[in-house]
Amino acid sequence: MTVLAGRQTGVGARVGRHEDTRLLTGRGRFADDVRRAGALHVRMVRAPVAHARIEAIDAREALGTPGVHTVLTGADCAELGPIPIRLPRGDEPASALQPVLPADSVRYVGQPVAAVVAEDAYTAEDAAELVRVEYAELPAVLDARECAPVGTIEIGYGGVDAAFAGAAHVVRARLEVGRHAAVPLEPRGLTAEYEAGTGKLEIWGATKVPVFNRGVLARMLGLPEERIHLHAMDTGGGFGARGEFYPEDAIVALLATRLRAPVTWTEDRAENLVALNHSRQQEHRIAAAFDAEGVLLALTDEVCHDNGAYLRTHGFMVPELTVTMLPGPYRIPAFHARIAVALTNKTPCGTYRGPGRYEGTFAREHLFDVAADRIGIDRAELRRRNLLRAGEIPHRRPYSALNTEMVLDAGDYPGLLENALAHTEPWQAERDRLRAEGRVSGYGFAYFLEKSGLGPHETADVLLHPSGRVTVHSGATSLGQGVETVLAQIAAERLSLPDTAVTVINGDTDLQPFGLGSWASRSTVVAGSAVRLAADAVAAKARGIAATLLGCAPEELLLEAGTLAVPGFPERSVTLADVAAEAGRDAIEPGLAARRRFTVDHMTYPYGMHVALVEVDTGTGAVRVLRYLVAYEVGRAINPDLVEGQLLGGVAQGIGGALYEQFHYDEAGQPQATTFMDYLLPTAEEVPDRVQTLITEDAPSPDNPLGAKGAGEGGITAAGGAIANAVRDALGVPEDLGGLPLTPARIVELADAHR
Amino acid sequence: MVYHILVKPASYEYHRAHDLEHALELLGELGEDAKPLAGGQSLVPMMNFRLARPSALIDLARLDELRYLRPVGDGLRIGALTTHRTVETATLPGGFGVLSRAARWIGHYPIRSRGTIGGSLAHGDATAEWCVLAVLLDARIVLRGPRGQRTVPAAEFFHGFLSTAAEPGELITEVVFPSPAPRAALTEFAQRQGDFGLVVVAVALETEGGHCRAARVAAGGVGSAAQRLPAVEQALAGAELTERAFAEAARAGVAELEPPEDIHASAGYRRTLTATLLRRACLEAGA
Repeated sequence: MTVLAGRQTGVGARVGRHEDTRLLTGRGRFADDVRRAGALHVRMVRAPVAHARIEAIDAREALGTPGVHTVLTGADCAELGPIPIRLPRGDEPASALQPVLPADSVRYVGQPVAAVVAEDAYTAEDAAELVRVEYAELPAVLDARECAPVGTIEIGYGGVDAAFAGAAHVVRARLEVGRHAAVPLEPRGLTAEYEAGTGKLEIWGATKVPVFNRGVLARMLGLPEERIHLHAMDTGGGFGARGEFYPEDAIVALLATRLRAPVTWTEDRAENLVALNHSRQQEHRIAAAFDAEGVLLALTDEVCHDNGAYLRTHGFMVPELTVTMLPGPYRIPAFHARIAVALTNKTPCGTYRGPGRYEGTFAREHLFDVAADRIGIDRAELRRRNLLRAGEIPHRRPYSALNTEMVLDAGDYPGLLENALAHTEPWQAERDRLRAEGRVSGYGFAYFLEKSGLGPHETADVLLHPSGRVTVHSGATSLGQGVETVLAQIAAERLSLPDTAVTVINGDTDLQPFGLGSWASRSTVVAGSAVRLAADAVAAKARGIAATLLGCAPEELLLEAGTLAVPGFPERSVTLADVAAEAGRDAIEPGLAARRRFTVDHMTYPYGMHVALVEVDTGTGAVRVLRYLVAYEVGRAINPDLVEGQLLGGVAQGIGGALYEQFHYDEAGQPQATTFMDYLLPTAEEVPDRVQTLITEDAPSPDNPLGAKGAGEGGITAAGGAIANAVRDALGVPEDLGGLPLTPARIVELADAHR
Repeated sequence: MVYHILVKPASYEYHRAHDLEHALELLGELGEDAKPLAGGQSLVPMMNFRLARPSALIDLARLDELRYLRPVGDGLRIGALTTHRTVETATLPGGFGVLSRAARWIGHYPIRSRGTIGGSLAHGDATAEWCVLAVLLDARIVLRGPRGQRTVPAAEFFHGFLSTAAEPGELITEVVFPSPAPRAALTEFAQRQGDFGLVVVAVALETEGGHCRAARVAAGGVGSAAQRLPAVEQALAGAELTERAFAEAARAGVAELEPPEDIHASAGYRRTLTATLLRRACLEAGA
């Protein structure tokens, strides 16, 4: 009997997550689990004011505290240079970059100003309170609209002015998106240890982009890259924010090399909420011109983007994605968008799952609902008339995004619209029933285009051992998304082995020094493709060795269930394990392994639709999400369970940004949401238990051998838009709702105004 | 024996009291900066944020003598160290069901399992369910201190933002709810399940043939401390037991309120919320 193990456990199979056994039995290894003998502990001294000149730092009392080893200040690390932007465009002014520790001024509450090193975390925290920093306060800028931008990105094409002048309908809205953030449940932590004997710096706790971080540290510390080793770790969520190179990443490594001792640091939640990147805060002045039939003539948007105190980690990436992705899946003859990036005295901003798209999709889809009502056509019909049709794909936008030509690849946008509408048709009846009972209920949706699979490349090693097991060393990183499982499935299928025969190690810079990391919904697409290439190379090598062993031509052999055999001659076969053992005896190049790189010029563009059924309590302003659907085209779902998991998690976070989460600041720039009592992450109670997913595989990507499109962000992208549209439908508001989050106070205000 | 144990809060001394007398003795000795530790559900987080920096903690966990629910005449005495969860799950004498129902609103299960009624009253948060109920039901708060025992009516106990009539050296030992309130209800609204209520309201109605003969109404989150709302009480007196009448009384009663503002709620929103919650609490109580 022939068992096609690959087909049961390979691409497309709902195999259990490999990560779960260790994570669910408490055996995961997170940053704060690392214990090195004799480790010293770091506590950051953080700015208590939003904007000030540093007049003096007096650390004498802290240094005099028993157990304190040293206090690091800006004067000690000026030569490190600023925190770099990972993917710079080239037009980011150097003056906007954040220093590791500032020499002369602070620009936001929470900015690290000094680092205290002590024998234990508690002594360090006590001593940090004794570091006297004299501040001369300066005026704080808190409204991005009130300051000169640090940069402006402008894109567009076509005759926008003429289109607006000749339009039958022009619809405008001013829409805000609140400042909120990724807020992964595991705060950041880092342990660094300098091995004086070998001159090697070992680091535990980095995630997301360890090879990039290694390069930054090498430059800052004057060490060759190969002498810095970032270890693979588990992570309690990344979502764009965790794992970028922050000031603390430099400080901990610098201290370890200077003190010649293991140095460890874990931030607390109060720090995390002001020190980790924030995101999302924008104001859109968006407008659309339509002809009499509701066909789009032009779209324009003037965006003000509040990037906080510095251009840190991502530079202008989020603003650029905001405007380049704004047209989404629509046919737009003329387009103009300008985004002004302002620096304010708040926590710096970077990416958060669906960066630029959550904001832009909300603005566009909310405007389109207002437009449909104004024009007097069905909201779905407006989309139907303007979505690019299957025959118009591939569609090239006449501008680039993230240094790639923007070519919308395979897709049937109207097909998915009809599919999602059909699935949720009963919800409209349910809404009507609720209304008949006197309840305030609304149905709303938002269509979106995502982007994924950003290159330019990713690398993977596949090693086949004499045990018959396979190890993959991938440049992806495990952020909780299940990429170990997905990569194992891909390797397993190519080698005709069960997925459980494959162990994946992600993000270890010694094992895989060529990786780019996990972000931008890229890993399944690019790391997966690299694994596939490397596994195929291993299979080809195995075939050659087996052919020698069996005395046949390589192409005569069939690879099935981990065995290479000449069809029809069962005795002329050899297992991959035996081939690996034979390969180990090779005199010149022992072992059965291959390293391969997958290179790609274009991103791939998944798309989908979110639909929400909500109930509004107009007496309290509470919005209850009763039902929710994410319809999402992923090209090829390597593991549908994991795609669903990604979508569900995204929905939970999207609901957070739409209804609950906001980083408030007072007029002096003091953050007001510095605990989970005030920063309202939705809990299981607030997230609907009836989230449905409709994963389609109708349009595989032509740009990678898997046909896959990324699934990491589609669960969040349109959540703001869908919920806002459902709430607007519930309240019967003719104009737009003004912005997100739709807090109870805001809902009551809207309900009162339209009663 | 003195042990140095490393902890997240600023440094403090830890003392375990054996019994009430010992606790009072320690409170007297250690001075004003010492804090009694009951369930720790407010104090410990504040210490971890270093917003509270007591010089010493006097752990009351061993004072089992303060864990009880005892009927007294028509009323009910509750020992200060009785947990929220105990009240929530107890079989209470007739007319005190509102206490169990209200306890369900307190935080989350782990918080209710540790937090105590005395700790909550001593903390004096305006939106604490026990503070609102104590004010509503004219509870008496029993304190023991260096000058012996005294009883303070709830109406005089809550002075303002996290400030109460308890003197230095005094401990709450008991709260007495003097009479049953069979038609009483507490309700509240928070953005998330289990959060501090933005507004908490409680009503106790006395009804007679489809009308409200008299009403007691209390609220938290509308001022610096839990308070009665006399304007609503007057408006409800004589009102029909209908949603419309309740709504009118609530609306009239909240107009003069000047609630605090914060990042989650403006004064105007809190007024709206108070009116909504009052109407709902009356419906529940009058049902």
